[in-house]
Amino acid sequence: MGLLSDLFFTFLSTIKDVLPIALIIFGFQLFVIKKRIPQTKKVIVGFIYVIIGLAFFLVGLEKALFPLGKIMASQLTDPEFISGGIKTATDVIQWQEYIWVYLFAFMIGFSTTIAEPSLIAVAMKAQEVSGGAIGVRGLRIAVGLGVAIGISLGTYRIVSGTPLHYYIIVGYVFVVIQTFFAPKMIVALAYDSGGVTTSTVTVPLVTALGLGLANTIPGRNPMIDGFGLIAFASLFPIITVMAYAQLSEWRAGKK
Amino acid sequence: MGEGTVISLNSAFLQFLKSVANSFRDLLPIIIVIAFFQIFIIQSPIPNINDILIGTLLVAIGLALFIRGLEMGLFPIGETMAFSLAKKGSIFWLFAFAFALGFGTTIAEPALIAVAGEAANVAANGGMIENTETAKSGYATGLRITVALSVGLAIVLGVLRILKGWPIHYMIIGGYVAVVLMTMIAPKEIIGIAYDSGGVTTSTITVPLVTALGIGLASSIKGRNPMIDGFGLIAFASLTPMIFVMVYGLII
Repeated sequence: MGLLSDLFFTFLSTIKDVLPIALIIFGFQLFVIKKRIPQTKKVIVGFIYVIIGLAFFLVGLEKALFPLGKIMASQLTDPEFISGGIKTATDVIQWQEYIWVYLFAFMIGFSTTIAEPSLIAVAMKAQEVSGGAIGVRGLRIAVGLGVAIGISLGTYRIVSGTPLHYYIIVGYVFVVIQTFFAPKMIVALAYDSGGVTTSTVTVPLVTALGLGLANTIPGRNPMIDGFGLIAFASLFPIITVMAYAQLSEWRAGKK
Repeated sequence: MGEGTVISLNSAFLQFLKSVANSFRDLLPIIIVIAFFQIFIIQSPIPNINDILIGTLLVAIGLALFIRGLEMGLFPIGETMAFSLAKKGSIFWLFAFAFALGFGTTIAEPALIAVAGEAANVAANGGMIENTETAKSGYATGLRITVALSVGLAIVLGVLRILKGWPIHYMIIGGYVAVVLMTMIAPKEIIGIAYDSGGVTTSTITVPLVTALGIGLASSIKGRNPMIDGFGLIAFASLTPMIFVMVYGLII
């Protein structure tokens, strides 16, 4: 029975991932703080939910999304699909021929980010702390758009073969300038949202897309050009989240 | 016992069903995107439709359980520990906890192990290290320790910022400048991996805990605003690995 054994082994490896964290927390609680955890039972049940939930989540992704997403990434980047669709096969790579790849990158970036568990966690906290001024839904959509723009630009970079660091440095400069105009309360959260977007769901699909592209385009080195999409996906949400706050402020000001 | 328990069990179950349904709604965009491309662009039938249905159901149940667990376990424990450590008033133990949390959660991170392995291959192909298994695994381990150290330090630095109430953007801008400077002198092969390593360090379990720690600290210190000061730990944790990985590539 493949599914049950998959679940079992993923469950074990999730426990292995959580173990160091649990040791640190309970070690500090026991030896440094020396107090009982309030509602110990509830916290432990919560940890168990997290572990079982993650195991289910990962097995489901392996079973449903990842194989399909990876096959699609390789089919979309297949030279036969690219030139077959356009019918003017030349030896020179035309970046316009990859239009479906950019669109796929945009849509898959957006949709996987919406389902990213760590983003949901941060959005829940942000809504709570901001007293509802920042909504879970709005923040997730803003971050999702950022990842979508980032990844589609990242695939364009791989196709066109331009150096990664130019994009990243220009992006940084933009973030720095935008920081001085954005509402102060959003800045830290915006910086954080760059880091949370890229975990369980997004990374494997995006990496497959990057490596697929770098492998099939002549003259690209998968080792150098295949990486870097994650960096795009971490940079652009900072911009869109600040823009989201600026937009909300501007709309509130107009009323 | 009796009727009351049955009713509360029932409502707990209903609640759970509702959150599974919510998770389904979260997954719907992915399903639409994949179906659209499969049917209209690639124009081939979707393989293993049963696996996909079962998998999606598992993902939805998993997500619902995870979120419930966050609210019951990870969030409260992160905040309680921040409160208790702040109340204890020992900077040393607060920093020790911050470092341990950053280091401990990163060193075992599966995504980091994968990236470190790739980086070792790049280094071996580029002639930076010998192309042997021992040299590569040594390089990969060194890289993992480097990244874990950098995340540990990042959380300590972030906690220090919350204590002092320093504005975050100057520190992040300083970090960006360091990234740009390092990019100019680091070996070309390591840059893509270094940039990506910033994204892979923050796992699904670390993020809620670290966020709760920051917000807990900012709410327990007088004069700090949890919205302005509480966030930002993740940002530090994603920035420092880029710098450290490039330094590592430069030294080795």
